[in-house]
Amino acid sequence: MQIFTCPFCGARDETEFRFMGEAGKQRPEGGRAVGEAEWAAYLYLQRNEKGPVREIWMHQPCGELFLLARDNVTHAAEPGVGLRPEGA
Amino acid sequence: MTGYGAARLLREGLRGHRGWTPAWRSPEPKPDYDVVIVGGGGHGLATAYYLARVHGVRRVAVVEKGWIGGGNTGRNTTVVRSSYFYPESVALYDLALRLYEGLSRELDFNIMLSQRGILTVAHTEMEMDVCARIVNAMQINGTDAELFDAERVRRVAPLLATSPGSRYPVLGGFWQGRAGVARHDAVAWGYARAADRLGVDIIQNCEVLDFIVENGACAGVVTARGPIRAGRVGLAAASHSAVLAAKAGFELPLHVYTLQAMVSEPIKPALDTVVLSLGTGVYVSQSDKGELVFGGGIDRVTSFAQRGNPPVQEAVISGLLEMFPAFGQLKLMRQWAGIVDVAPDSSPIIGPSPLPGLFLNCGWGTGGFKAIPAGGFLMAHLLARGEHHEISRPFDLDRFARGALIDEAAGSGIAH
Repeated sequence: MQIFTCPFCGARDETEFRFMGEAGKQRPEGGRAVGEAEWAAYLYLQRNEKGPVREIWMHQPCGELFLLARDNVTHAAEPGVGLRPEGA
Repeated sequence: MTGYGAARLLREGLRGHRGWTPAWRSPEPKPDYDVVIVGGGGHGLATAYYLARVHGVRRVAVVEKGWIGGGNTGRNTTVVRSSYFYPESVALYDLALRLYEGLSRELDFNIMLSQRGILTVAHTEMEMDVCARIVNAMQINGTDAELFDAERVRRVAPLLATSPGSRYPVLGGFWQGRAGVARHDAVAWGYARAADRLGVDIIQNCEVLDFIVENGACAGVVTARGPIRAGRVGLAAASHSAVLAAKAGFELPLHVYTLQAMVSEPIKPALDTVVLSLGTGVYVSQSDKGELVFGGGIDRVTSFAQRGNPPVQEAVISGLLEMFPAFGQLKLMRQWAGIVDVAPDSSPIIGPSPLPGLFLNCGWGTGGFKAIPAGGFLMAHLLARGEHHEISRPFDLDRFARGALIDEAAGSGIAH
């Protein structure tokens, strides 16, 4: 069992968490002006780095979205970091 | 002499098995080839074989970082079937099944294909509707499928818990009789030996580190044992296709997950078909050695670790035991995992890559083994001619930008 740390609830079992996506993706601005290739890249392409990665995860019981830095080969994971702006 | 006929077995047996020779060479890499294939799994080896056999391209090397068939080809649960929903998928997987049907003879290597049929069982009215829909689609698309009621399910798999009081009562299901299992290692070894005999160089323990790019096109690979030039390069490295794609300067629409499988201790014959549950996602068959071979959904944590986590093991084992309560008496003997590259529509990617001269055969996700002959056949066509075979055309990388996904995750109820 892997243990991940939600910034809101603390350390919990992996079964409570859901992988949402790689960190750092930006939704293309411009609506209809954005081309098919750019939309497809945003929707589907992944960096798929092997080793240390930064990902967005959700702690499902509390709904908190956070940044998780972990290693996808050793499965070592750092505590999750909240994404809310300071004071929010 | 490298055959394995009865007379040879007897003779070698009497001579203490000292006369066997390696089934394929271990050549030093040449400086250049017409085609270099990255990845010595089933798909890579089959690609090399069909390149030499069908297209007469014999200056071919398969470059493998470990040993051939040591990745997902040797880690799967050996099921072959073409029970998919969309016409494009049935065309693809049924080509694979047809090639599997003649493969032992073609390769002169017994791949131990056993067409014992696959029974997909439904536990709810909705799942029965899904079964009827898939059966209709499969029949229209030209492959064999039959809708079963609960009584016919019981006849095929009497140990299955079917009563209304079960956690997963069985209302019926569907049957594909041509499906079955094959010996996974034999598929790799058979293609390897046949390709080697046609002059293909199989280079093991030689990791591909980068690509040689000249004038904006791929001109070979950089390996741990030096550069190897090639007219065309085929990438058939499953999950590591995504890692190597980064070296070639592009990203792929893949997620890399762990898929686990398990075997029980060996028992007397108790299950003579493959059973797959639409409700639990668990599938099980009995190997020739008597072990129950089973698996289920993927681990939801993206991973390159080649090992699984206990929560999914627990879900798979409990699903199996609810379906087959009698198996609760058995000991679990082994558990292992492979890393699978899953596309957003759970269909493979076959076609040119964004880098000219480099071609892709990846994204098979949890279903690569069953497709090995077709993946190799179509990839060979692509590498020899530089253009798609009509069966591989819909699986091109361009389907993501065109919005023409072939969503088998929804279409045929893949559990992951």
